[in-house]
Amino acid sequence: MSEQETLVEMHGITKRFPGVLANDNVNFSLLRGEVHALLGENGAGKTTLMNILYGLYRMDAGEIWVKGRRVSIKSPKDAIKLGIGMVHQQFRLIPTHTVAENIILGLKEMGVILNYGRINKQLEEIIRFYGWSIPPNAKVWQLSAGEKQQVELLKALFRRADILILDEPTSVLTPQETLQLFNALRKMADEGRGIILITHKLDEVMRVSDRVTVMRRGKVVAVRKTLDVTPDELARLMVGKPLVTSFERKQESTAEYVLQVENLHVLDDKGLPAVRGVSLRIKKREILGIAGVTGNGQQELVETIAGLRKASAGRITIDGHDVTNKNSAEVIKQGVAYIPPEISKCIAFNMSVAENLVMKTYKYPPFSSKIILRWRSIKEKAQDLIQRFNIVTPSPNTRAGALSGGNLQRLILARELSLIPAHERPKLILAAYPTKGLDVAATEFVRRLLVENRDEGAAVLLVSEDLDEIMMLSDRVVVMYRGEIVGELSREQLEVETIGLMMMGVKRGGGAA
Amino acid sequence: MVDLVWLESVLAGAVQAGTVYLIASLGEVYAERSGVLNLGLEGMMILGAAVSFIFANAFGHGLALLATLLIGLLFGLLLAFLSVTLRLNQIVVGLALTLLGLGLSGFITSAEIRKRILLSLNPEINQQALLTQQAPNLPIIKIPYLSDIPLVGKILFSQNILVYTALILAFVMWFVLFKTRFGLSLRSVGENPAMADAMGVNVYLMRYVAVMIGGMLGALAGAYLFIGYQPFWVEGMTSGRGFISLALVILAMWSPLRAILGAFLFGGVEVLQFRLQLIGVGAQTPQFILMLPYAVTIITLTLLSVESMKKRIGVPAALTIPYSRE
Repeated sequence: MSEQETLVEMHGITKRFPGVLANDNVNFSLLRGEVHALLGENGAGKTTLMNILYGLYRMDAGEIWVKGRRVSIKSPKDAIKLGIGMVHQQFRLIPTHTVAENIILGLKEMGVILNYGRINKQLEEIIRFYGWSIPPNAKVWQLSAGEKQQVELLKALFRRADILILDEPTSVLTPQETLQLFNALRKMADEGRGIILITHKLDEVMRVSDRVTVMRRGKVVAVRKTLDVTPDELARLMVGKPLVTSFERKQESTAEYVLQVENLHVLDDKGLPAVRGVSLRIKKREILGIAGVTGNGQQELVETIAGLRKASAGRITIDGHDVTNKNSAEVIKQGVAYIPPEISKCIAFNMSVAENLVMKTYKYPPFSSKIILRWRSIKEKAQDLIQRFNIVTPSPNTRAGALSGGNLQRLILARELSLIPAHERPKLILAAYPTKGLDVAATEFVRRLLVENRDEGAAVLLVSEDLDEIMMLSDRVVVMYRGEIVGELSREQLEVETIGLMMMGVKRGGGAA
Repeated sequence: MVDLVWLESVLAGAVQAGTVYLIASLGEVYAERSGVLNLGLEGMMILGAAVSFIFANAFGHGLALLATLLIGLLFGLLLAFLSVTLRLNQIVVGLALTLLGLGLSGFITSAEIRKRILLSLNPEINQQALLTQQAPNLPIIKIPYLSDIPLVGKILFSQNILVYTALILAFVMWFVLFKTRFGLSLRSVGENPAMADAMGVNVYLMRYVAVMIGGMLGALAGAYLFIGYQPFWVEGMTSGRGFISLALVILAMWSPLRAILGAFLFGGVEVLQFRLQLIGVGAQTPQFILMLPYAVTIITLTLLSVESMKKRIGVPAALTIPYSRE
C-alpha cells in the first residue's frame, strides 16, 4: 500500500455559479487501488467537484492532473478518454434500448456494423466476474434500480475506466443491493482502479472507504484515513457543529384528540387491501410515530387521511369533523399539513417559488380578494418565509425547478407548516418520510420543526423507516405490518429490539392504538 | 367485377401511390428517431416536385433527381439550423417551412419565372419545354424473370427506378438504424441526448445528418410524385401528402420496415377510392375511405399513449425537445 500511484490530483479548483461559490480552492487526490469517500452535506460541492473532473462543468480556476499528466477536460468525452467513468444519481440510460446497446453507445472500436454475438459474450464475462446476473439482451426498463446501476458501472468498465466516480450510489438501493455494490467496488479497487464515492452517509464511509475527504460549503475541511477517524468526528467535520441527538419537549400532551381513525380499510393502486382495519388517535401536542418497513400500508394510510385516496370502509375525524372520503381541499381547511414522501409530486416546477408557497392558501385573504390575487402580499409573505425557512433562492420569482432538493424540501415545509388556510398553525401534521434523502443539517432542521410545532399544539403523525428518528421524536409509537397495527408502545417502553420484532410481524403487547 | 386483372392493377397502383409516402416517411423516421420533428415535410415535398419539374425539362431525369436531392438537403439544413442550433419550437418552424415550400414552389413554377430559370439553366432549350406543364415520365423497368411472376411480377417488379430504390432503401435504412453504430447513435440522440453526448456522441451532428437525410428524402418523394407518378404540374399538387407521411411514421411506429406496409396501405386506400367509384361502390361517400388512414393513425396514437406500450415500441423520448448543453 505504500507505493500507490496517484491517479487523480486536483489542485486549487474553484467554481462559481451565479450567487454561489460551489468550489473554493479545492484540492483532491485519488490513489490507485483505493476507495475514496467524498463526504459532505447536500450543497457542499462534492458533486460539482466531480462534475468538473468528469468534464460536465468547466472550472473557473485550478489544475487537474491525471496519471501524472496535466490535463484539460472539456467534456465527458475527454474524461472517458482519460479512463474516468461516472455513475450519476439519476441514471443516464435509455430505457427502450437493451443493456448491450446502452453500454456500447459511442464506442468507435465496435466497428461500423455491430456484432452483438461477440459483444454480449464479452459483457457476460464481466457480469459474471462481479457476481451480477443481468442479461445483455434485456431492455433497460425491465431492470431494477440496482441492476440499472450495474449497467452504469458496466458502461465505465467496458471502456476500461480505472477512475470510477459514484454519486450517492446507495440512495436507490436496498440493503442487499448496497452490500452487493460495496463488494463489487472493493473488487474493482483491488484490481487497481481508484473509486470515488460521493456520499453524505457516515456508515457508508466507515464500511467501504480507505480514505475520506470531507467537504463543507465548497471547501475541503479534512482528508483522513478511514481507520483513523470515528463517525462522530466525521459528522462534526461535515456539519461544522455537534449534532443534536435528542429534542427536549416542553409540554405534555393534552387529553384532546385531534385525529381519530376508526377501523379504516384502504385499497392500494392495484386494488388490493393495503390498510386493514386500522384505528388510531392522536392527541393535541403529541407525536405519533408509525414504524414499519416501507410498503406495509403506511403510505396509503397517510394519503387517505390527507384526502388523496378513498377509504373503502371506516371513519376519519379531525377535531370532531368527519372528513372520511372528503377531498383534499376539505381536509386542508381543517388545518392539516401534509409533508409528502416525494417532493416532486407537490411542487409545480415551472411556477415561481412564491406561487408554490401560496398554493394552498391563494384563495384566501390576504392573498386574494375573491377574484384577483394580491401579488404584493403574496411576495411579502414569500420573502418572509424564504428568510424564516432559510430557502436559498435568488428571489421569490425564481422558478421552483431551479432550486436544489434540500431547498425544495424547505419550500414544502414552509408552505405546509405556515400557510394553512384559516389557521394560524397546522392542527395536524402528516409527515411521511420527511427526512428521506436529506443531509444531516436539513434532517435536523425538519425534526426540530416537527417538535416545535408539536410544542405549539399540533398533533403529528410521523411515518418513517428510520427507527432512530421514530425513537427520537415520538411520544408514542405504533408499528404497522401488512396493513395492520401490530403493536403500540409508549415513550417509556421504546426499545429498538421490540419495535424491530414487531416490524417483522411478530405481534406483541400493545393492542389497538 | 373484381377479377384478377382488376386486383392486379389496384395493387400495382397502391405501390405506385404508396411510394410517395414511403420515401417521405423513411426520411422522417430518421429525423424523428434523432429527436427532430420535420413538420415542414409537406413544404419539402412540394419544392422537390417543383424543382424536378423544372430540371426534368431542362436537363432530363438524372439531373432533376440530383437537383431535388440538393434542394432537400438545403431545406433540411435550414430546418436543422433553426431547430437544432437555434432550438426554436419545431412545430412553428415546421409549419413555417411548409408555407415557405408551398409559396416558393408556386413562385418558381409560375410561367414567367420558370421561363427565366429554364433559359438561364439551358439557353438552347426548345420552346416547347418552356411552356409545358408536363415532363417525361420515368421509364418502367421490368426486372427480368421476376416481372413474369403472376400478380407479384406486375405489382412489384414492373415499376420505375424510384419504386425499387424506395423499397431497397427501406431495408437498408432499417439495417443501418438497428444494426450499426451510426444507427445506435442516431436512436440514442432521439431518446436521451444528454446521455448520448456524455458517451461521446455528437448530438448536433447526428441531428443535422438525420434531418438532412429527412429533407433529401422528403424532396425526393416530391420528385417521385411528379416525374414518377403524375407528371403534370399543378400548384400544390402534393395536397397534404407530406402530412399523411407524418401520420404514417406514427403508424409505422418509427420503423422503416413497417413504413413499407403502411405506405402501401395508404397508397391502396388512395387508389381504391377512385377505383371503387368507377365501379359504383361508395360513390356517394368517397370521404369515408379517404378518412381511413387518419382513423388508423389515431387508433395507433391512442395505443401509444399507454405508458407501457411507449417503452415497448420506442417512441423517441426526446422528440421535439431541443438539446443544449448546460
